[in-house]
Amino acid sequence: MWPASQAVYQSLLVEDAFGMSSQFVWLDNFIELFEDDHYIKTFGRTLFFSAMVAMLSLSVSLVLAAMADRVIRGTGIYRTLLIWPYAVAPVVAGALWVFLFYPTTGIISTFLTSMGYEWNHQLKGNQAMALVVIAAAWKQISYNFLFFLAGMQAIPKSLIEAAAIDAASPAKRFWTIIFPLITPTTFFLLVVNIVYAFFETFGIIHVVTKGGPANATEILVFKVYNDGFVGLDLGGSAAQSVILMVLVIGMTIFQFKYIERKVEY
Amino acid sequence: MSDSSTKGSSQNPSHIRLKGVEKIYPNGYKAIHGIDMEIEEGEFVVLVGPSGCGKSTLLRMVAGLEDITHGEVYIAGRKVNDLEPSQRDIAMVFQNYALYPHMTVYKNMAYGLKNLGTPKDEIDKRVNEVAKLLELEELLNRRPKQLSGGQRQRVAMGRAIVRKPTAFLFDEPLSNLDAKLRVQMRLVIKNLQARLGTTTLYVTHDQVEAMTMADRLIVLKDGIAEQIGTPMELYDRPETQFVAGFIGSPAMNFIEADLSDDGNTLQFGDTKLPLKEKLSNQTSKITFGFRPEHVTLSDSGAMSLQVNLVEHLGAESIIHAKLGDSPITLRLNGHIDAKNGDTLKVDIDADRYHFFDKNAGIRI
Ligand SMILES: Nc1ncnc2c1ncn2[C@@H]1O[C@H](COP(=O)(O)OP(=O)(O)O)[C@@H](O)[C@H]1O
Ligand SMILES: [Mg+2]
Repeated sequence: MWPASQAVYQSLLVEDAFGMSSQFVWLDNFIELFEDDHYIKTFGRTLFFSAMVAMLSLSVSLVLAAMADRVIRGTGIYRTLLIWPYAVAPVVAGALWVFLFYPTTGIISTFLTSMGYEWNHQLKGNQAMALVVIAAAWKQISYNFLFFLAGMQAIPKSLIEAAAIDAASPAKRFWTIIFPLITPTTFFLLVVNIVYAFFETFGIIHVVTKGGPANATEILVFKVYNDGFVGLDLGGSAAQSVILMVLVIGMTIFQFKYIERKVEY
Repeated sequence: MSDSSTKGSSQNPSHIRLKGVEKIYPNGYKAIHGIDMEIEEGEFVVLVGPSGCGKSTLLRMVAGLEDITHGEVYIAGRKVNDLEPSQRDIAMVFQNYALYPHMTVYKNMAYGLKNLGTPKDEIDKRVNEVAKLLELEELLNRRPKQLSGGQRQRVAMGRAIVRKPTAFLFDEPLSNLDAKLRVQMRLVIKNLQARLGTTTLYVTHDQVEAMTMADRLIVLKDGIAEQIGTPMELYDRPETQFVAGFIGSPAMNFIEADLSDDGNTLQFGDTKLPLKEKLSNQTSKITFGFRPEHVTLSDSGAMSLQVNLVEHLGAESIIHAKLGDSPITLRLNGHIDAKNGDTLKVDIDADRYHFFDKNAGIRI
């Protein structure tokens, strides 16, 4: 609570460049932010980034979970044995992203270049964005996977069998039975992933692109850091973090209010 | 949907045929030990046996939900071993009903037809027909969780019927209902099946359900078919002691007895029972069986029983008694005035004796 109230307090002040004196300015810091084109752009970029991260990580983990679910139901092999590699692989591989895409030496970047697609995320903004989206999404996959798989495993086997007898192909069974029944899980994960993309991707961006090139991958959390610690605009930075805080609280409330519904079998 | 050419009882007299069917689960457990049986078109066959004997396994092999380890299954003349459940033209009713929780009753029933590409108006017609048949019209827009157990059960049946399959498979469909509803639904299912004339394989562990519903029944024990026959065949002439004890309620009484050398008398405790026909067996160790309802009270009765407890059911009395150390149950008409400690003299209907080899449990 202390850092939070500290941030709120800070957000109402303006300090001089040397941090010697400060002045109480009410909401000036906030008004300034919303009149700042650069901030609005960052906001839009963050929304785009979060949507892409959530979509990518959710869809990849959904596919993996669906495959694992079929395997487990098919063989009856003890669950955790099977889940382990699925759950661990993404984490291990996550650290490799930077190497894989490193311009001129990374395997994937070299491959793309040899295919005639010039890869250099240190120069090209959209490539940099793609890379941080992939890296950020990748980190969430094992978490999503476990939740999706748990949701699928909670669906009684007989429902799937009834659908099989009802002439539904495996794909149809997935989209008309399994997917609708894991809606609560999907909603829950959607919020978790958006919150993650908004607030917890600082480290990834810092390592992979440092917000560049030319701010192409600068999202809100990164801007808070940049303005506060690099630009030394503590008041403005604090105002930004207060906005982030309000967003987090808003999403959490949304989560609790609307996503607690469970499916009864 | 199968057309008349594949339904043809002409090319194959039995509608569902199992030939040497065995099931070994991946963990090595052998759940079914070579079952042969034939079900005629339109017949209602009940698979009955204690829990864990392999009933569901066998039914699920017919449905295509379990691989068939050995042997062959034919449905409507087609070998179905390698066919998907959806290609076997069967419908199944599950013990937990397995209704799709996110769909309305209407959609639950329409789902299979929709997947088969049936035209919309045809689906609508059929669902409404079946809803009427099962008195589900008012419930078509409800979700499964808004239904009572009995209503869910009917929806599950509706979902099976609406497809007009060549065979119905039921896996303990009534075991989640209360006793009264169970008795009602027994009749509903039996009548419906007779009316539709659809070949049916029905699994239950409840022998009363089995006896009342079946045209023929198969008694299964540890993955082996102990006996196949009509309810009365199984009641009158059980081939094994297991079947004898399983079919009938209260269960048949069994007494360990010795057969005299000449095969004319059975001895147990102080009782000597003369036999109408000479009995021959490899050993003299016999299990003598008689049903609780096949005795009469008589002052000159051959057996003297010590009464433990009498249950008065109004129309009849169930008497729990002892003959020496063997517990004996009697079922007699009317009100029997007896109490704990009384001695009752009874005669057993000599035409209703059952004898089994004590060790093998096989009928002599
Ligand atoms: N997937 C399985 N793997 C191994 N054994 C199984 C499996 N399913 C059932 N069994 C065993 O097979 C036997 C028969 O089971 P089941 O057919 O369900 O019996 P029933 O329906 O008569 O109660 C039981 O002993 C059960 O434990
Ligand atoms: Mg069963």
